[in-house]
Amino acid sequence: MAKVIGGITTSHIPAIGIAMDRGLEDTPYWKDFFAGYPPVREWLNEQQPDIAIVFYNDHGLEMFLDKKPTFALGCAPQYENADEGWGIATIPPVTGETELSWHIANELIEHDFDPTICQDIKVDHGLTVPLSVMYPGHNYQHLKVIPVCINCERYPMPKPSRCFALGQAIGKAVESFAGDQKVVVFGTGGLSHQLDGERAGIINSDFDIECMDKLVSDPEALTRYSNDDLVEIAGAQGVELNMWLAMRGCMLGDVKEVHRNYVAPISNTGAGLQLLING
Amino acid sequence: MMTTHREIPGTIFFDGPMATKGYGLNKMCYSFNSTEGRDAFKADEAAYCDKFGLTEAQKEAILGRDILALQREGGSIYYLAKFAGLLGLNMQDIGGLQTGRTTEEFQAYLESQGRGKNNG
Repeated sequence: MAKVIGGITTSHIPAIGIAMDRGLEDTPYWKDFFAGYPPVREWLNEQQPDIAIVFYNDHGLEMFLDKKPTFALGCAPQYENADEGWGIATIPPVTGETELSWHIANELIEHDFDPTICQDIKVDHGLTVPLSVMYPGHNYQHLKVIPVCINCERYPMPKPSRCFALGQAIGKAVESFAGDQKVVVFGTGGLSHQLDGERAGIINSDFDIECMDKLVSDPEALTRYSNDDLVEIAGAQGVELNMWLAMRGCMLGDVKEVHRNYVAPISNTGAGLQLLING
Repeated sequence: MMTTHREIPGTIFFDGPMATKGYGLNKMCYSFNSTEGRDAFKADEAAYCDKFGLTEAQKEAILGRDILALQREGGSIYYLAKFAGLLGLNMQDIGGLQTGRTTEEFQAYLESQGRGKNNG
């Protein structure tokens, strides 16, 4: 059977991609942020996962308000990135996957999740920045990516508990897939931040650290928050924690943390990085 | 009765009623993903607003670069970010504009809540 070998959480903000394009990794502003990544890159290089399931949210590249899925699952052999309007460089095509993807689609529907199933979607910075930061030089083509998109923009959006349960259903689907593929799962975005309104700029580092702790040892505690709670505690875009919870749901057994970094502010956010493995 | 959200000062929940109100405005900003859309807007801003059926209040807020008013008129920050990008503003510039700070003051506010930067 296929196996989830680890879970990674990372920020996906555009500023990271822009900093890499401009070669700013060692500047004072960015140094402590990028210093967190080499151990995760080395782990990926050692483990050589075949497939990455990436939980992200679309920020208005593919999924406009006219047709916006609550949950969407990619089942395509390839995904293109495109101009998002404010200057982040596009990255080369992302390799997709069509066998485990369809198996996940079947298993989700069988277990009462009904995602929008996508055979041709453009993927935005929510998915591409994590790949770029894990594989500098865009050396990610060998990795087959399964995008799972969660609505984090327009209410009503899925509850934290539901995102965690979605992850659990996907984790079980992976385990029931006949194959020997090694799968890594990415939870992207976060942590605390608010871009909009007079309250813009709020960061809650204490809460971010607590989230990272509980993500390892007690993720159910995080699922008891409502999205309104997350907005109040962690800012309007703090709801991106939902992607981290979905990732964590995929990791079915006991989990231990093997690496962590947290830096704030990175752009307007608290930027967390974790590598979790079973055991 | 529609579900309502918690009152959080300085925060507008982008929910169904706001998405209904802001649809044309957000659709216009969505078009800024393409060079063609950005160029057409720059060529004649008011006419481009009319093409997407913006209300007078939305149009006025676009022409006046009033980011807070755009949110009150149903703009989603995801699409307004594309408008900001077109204007050459980043998220710290936008943060300053919304909170009555200069960009530098807004950055200092972010830094005041910071953690984990040893060399910065």
